[in-house]
Amino acid sequence: MDQTRRVPLSEIYKTFFVIGLFSFGGGLVSWIYRDTVDVRKWMSREDFLPGVALAQVMPGVSSTNCAIYVGQILRGWLGALTAITAMLSAPFVISLAAAWAYKSLLHIPGFQETMVGVAAAAIGMLLRTGVEAARPQLRDISAMAIMVASFLAVGVFRFPLVPVICVMGPLSVALAWPKAKAEVEA
Amino acid sequence: MNADTLIRIFTIIAPLSLASFGGASSIYAPMQHEVVDIEHWITAREFLDLFAISRAMPGPGSLFCTLVGWQVAGLAGAVVASIAIYLPSSIVVYGVGHVWSRHRGKRWHNALERGLNPLGAGLLFSGVVTLAKLASDGFLPIAIIAVVCALNVWKPKIHPVIFLISGGGLCYAAYAFA
Repeated sequence: MDQTRRVPLSEIYKTFFVIGLFSFGGGLVSWIYRDTVDVRKWMSREDFLPGVALAQVMPGVSSTNCAIYVGQILRGWLGALTAITAMLSAPFVISLAAAWAYKSLLHIPGFQETMVGVAAAAIGMLLRTGVEAARPQLRDISAMAIMVASFLAVGVFRFPLVPVICVMGPLSVALAWPKAKAEVEA
Repeated sequence: MNADTLIRIFTIIAPLSLASFGGASSIYAPMQHEVVDIEHWITAREFLDLFAISRAMPGPGSLFCTLVGWQVAGLAGAVVASIAIYLPSSIVVYGVGHVWSRHRGKRWHNALERGLNPLGAGLLFSGVVTLAKLASDGFLPIAIIAVVCALNVWKPKIHPVIFLISGGGLCYAAYAFA
């Protein structure tokens, strides 16, 4: 990537620190897009977009994966390290503070019951994310089969995740290969 | 807390990092198995509470691992768990990213997307089921899960925190007035 101007690491840190601080429940990749492409013009739309698919496809959370991709394009490995550290630093401290407070709240009557309700609401939102992720798979019989099989293997039969991935990952990509298309060459 | 525990935290979480297709949800089932059922580091109750905290606070869902590390081995545990969940997958993204952006639009991109996205979707449901089992003591939590999911589909703009507060409030009310 030839950069017309080098983005300072401190700017990368500042930008991703703020994104991390206000990151609640998804939608972060579009926020990163807005901040780095639209507002700061650090990179072009064409440079950013492949990162969205990459962040989604690779293991790990898509928002932190996207931060690594953007950091890498801007400033190589140092940029990637800066972006992910920045994005996690505020949530790290805030979450630990919350976990610390949690321990001292445990003895309050009704607190445990309340936490179940909070968890249930969070599970409901997760389920909605699942519904969104499942929708595009329903058009394709082999994608649907892989989705159901991976759910049954890990969620119902409780097979260990790593061997399941080692078997299902290559199998699923092989099944998808005949249907895969090359987009217009860049 | 001794070094053995920290090493164990790392060796449990790091492989899951590489296998976490579809995001943090894919690791709830294996994490519960390892830290609750096998190691007995935390109870099922604490597991669910830490999940709730990780979702109520800013940050990606995988900060859940950081909270488990903290609960098991304090600050050192939190740091080790964070490195274990973020470093391996990040190295993969970094490595693939180089090739990925140079070969955009190629057929193998599309094959990976078509192949790995359904896998991630299936694993997401495995996480939902694992957590729902822990939360479902009685009718109310199940109802909250269903209603929040439906409302979230219907009105995607509602802020997540509103759902979390309402869910907690409902369960507290049920406790207080029962």
